[in-house]
Amino acid sequence: MMDAPLLRVRNLSVTYPSDDGDFKAVRNVSFTLGRERLGIVGESGSGKSTTGRAIMGLARPPARVAADELVLGDIDLRTQSERQLRRLRGKRMAMVLQDPKYSLDPVMSVGQQIAETHRTHLNSSKAEAKAASLEMLNAVHIRDPERVYAMYPHQVSGGMGQRIMIAMMLIAGPELLIADEPTSALDVTVQSQVLSIMDELVRERGMGLILISHNLHLVSSFCDRVLVMYAGQIVEICDAGRLADAQHPYTRGLLAALPELGRRRHELPQLQRDPAWMDDIVTPLETTSVKGGA
Amino acid sequence: MARRLAAPLRRLGGVVFSVILTFLGLTAVTFVIGRFMPIDPVISIVGDKASTEVYDRVYKELGLDQPVVVQYATYLSKVVRGEFGNSVMTARPVLEDVWRVFPATMELASLALIIGVLVGVPMGVIAATNRGRVVDQIVRFMSLLGYSMPVFWLGLVGLLLFYAKLGWVEGPGRLDVAFDDMVPTITGLITIDAILAGEDEVFFNALGHLILPASILGYLSLAYIARMTRSFMLAQLEQEYILAALAKGLSPWRVVWVHALGNVWVQLITVVALTFGSLLEGAVLTETVFAWPGLGLYMKNSLFAADLNAVLGATLLIGTIYIFLNMLSDIVYTLVDPRAREPS
Repeated sequence: MMDAPLLRVRNLSVTYPSDDGDFKAVRNVSFTLGRERLGIVGESGSGKSTTGRAIMGLARPPARVAADELVLGDIDLRTQSERQLRRLRGKRMAMVLQDPKYSLDPVMSVGQQIAETHRTHLNSSKAEAKAASLEMLNAVHIRDPERVYAMYPHQVSGGMGQRIMIAMMLIAGPELLIADEPTSALDVTVQSQVLSIMDELVRERGMGLILISHNLHLVSSFCDRVLVMYAGQIVEICDAGRLADAQHPYTRGLLAALPELGRRRHELPQLQRDPAWMDDIVTPLETTSVKGGA
Repeated sequence: MARRLAAPLRRLGGVVFSVILTFLGLTAVTFVIGRFMPIDPVISIVGDKASTEVYDRVYKELGLDQPVVVQYATYLSKVVRGEFGNSVMTARPVLEDVWRVFPATMELASLALIIGVLVGVPMGVIAATNRGRVVDQIVRFMSLLGYSMPVFWLGLVGLLLFYAKLGWVEGPGRLDVAFDDMVPTITGLITIDAILAGEDEVFFNALGHLILPASILGYLSLAYIARMTRSFMLAQLEQEYILAALAKGLSPWRVVWVHALGNVWVQLITVVALTFGSLLEGAVLTETVFAWPGLGLYMKNSLFAADLNAVLGATLLIGTIYIFLNMLSDIVYTLVDPRAREPS
């Protein structure tokens, strides 16, 4: 049976109005996502996080989000009211943020924060929500759920915090998870652990995952497909396994910048940027020049 | 078990130590003020027509011929035993006087603080969540007004308008003369005592007297609390956990009033405690305008009568209240912030 795509995005743009004209953070981004793992890579400011937030309907104000198509399953996200979107967030689509140290409420116990998602979406009683939360903590491989349930965010390590974050976001059973740099704040030793737990859950539940990262290695080894963004637009989409065959000079430049074991290199090659990559340039980045009059 | 108790005990020990240290500093300050005040304590006792022998004798009796350190030690040992000397004005022990007038101030400041918190905190939250909009401008303007308006002027205008013109509230004083001594003093707070005694008429009369000065003081503390709440809230709304809370589908209402405000309280406790302290102490002008027989009025009268014992005693009491409030806010802090519950 052919599955309908989980998420369809066509010509998504996010614009920030400013005094010097509009700044387009995301420009005409289009892709579809099945029940697969899609990586979005790009440098800081390439618009990858903004894309994730725009899908959730949580673009940082005063952003203007426009799209020809933004469909989750059978729901047109563009036409949803704020109240309807709220029912989708956490229930149908969820988001894991970068650093659990900041993305968990410091004065609420982690158990309550997980249970809160359950209670919000499934209208459950306190006891039901707690039982489900303990089960979820178990699912993210936390050994002593009862004890951890009562802990506060400052009492847990980064790796455990991120697993709690995943539990909090997956407890209501969303089909789409957007993970925005989920491991870059963690110690290297626990990064793969957190990733494999996320992978396990996403597979088990047949979810779609968007993994946003600046880490090319991580994305290419973890995801099925990779989407490369530069200056707010997609410059390349390819299968993760075939990243080495990537055509776009930017992608090639990124690949060339990767250090390799066993090869001595004293200097990183400078990434040569071609203004032509940004074809229809509307971004007024060089408007600092002195204007006459006034 | 022993290890579990060790941390809180050490914490308590730390608190007690800092309280003692602060108290010593405070007595040193009041002692020095007593030394440097241009009031001769001997003359205020013997009068300026006394002979030299009498003057010298009293001078010695007061211990003024002793070294300063010895004088301070004597002063300290008296203070610890609660001996602040007699008030020249009332001829009663200062401690007794202060205990008699303090509940009036307490009643006024407590109601003012309740108004300040119950109105100021929501105002600050609403201003922050509507940043830059009309509501925000209104709140900020009201705060600014409360900040810059002299309290005695507000008090006079308030009396003129609500008492003299509209007759909505009772006039100066704590109670109409007709109700004086009708309820037995239990807590010293007339409204509470009236409830305890079941005298509604006294209660409503006392409340009528209390409401205007309490509202005015409440407005001043509200101005400060609302401003602080607004800026704390703005800082919290920028945090990542707010985005996470929205991403899991919570309503903006819950995100703001449960998650963000929960974190704002951590910072707000100190503000509220200090506001209460300044309400207790800073009511001098309000109490004067409203003839409110509290600590402020007592201090003002003592000061004008050059009643040094009374002034120093009252100052020390206010200082002690500050120390106590700080201690209290430390304790409340651990209730609100789980991070403060552990030994550092």
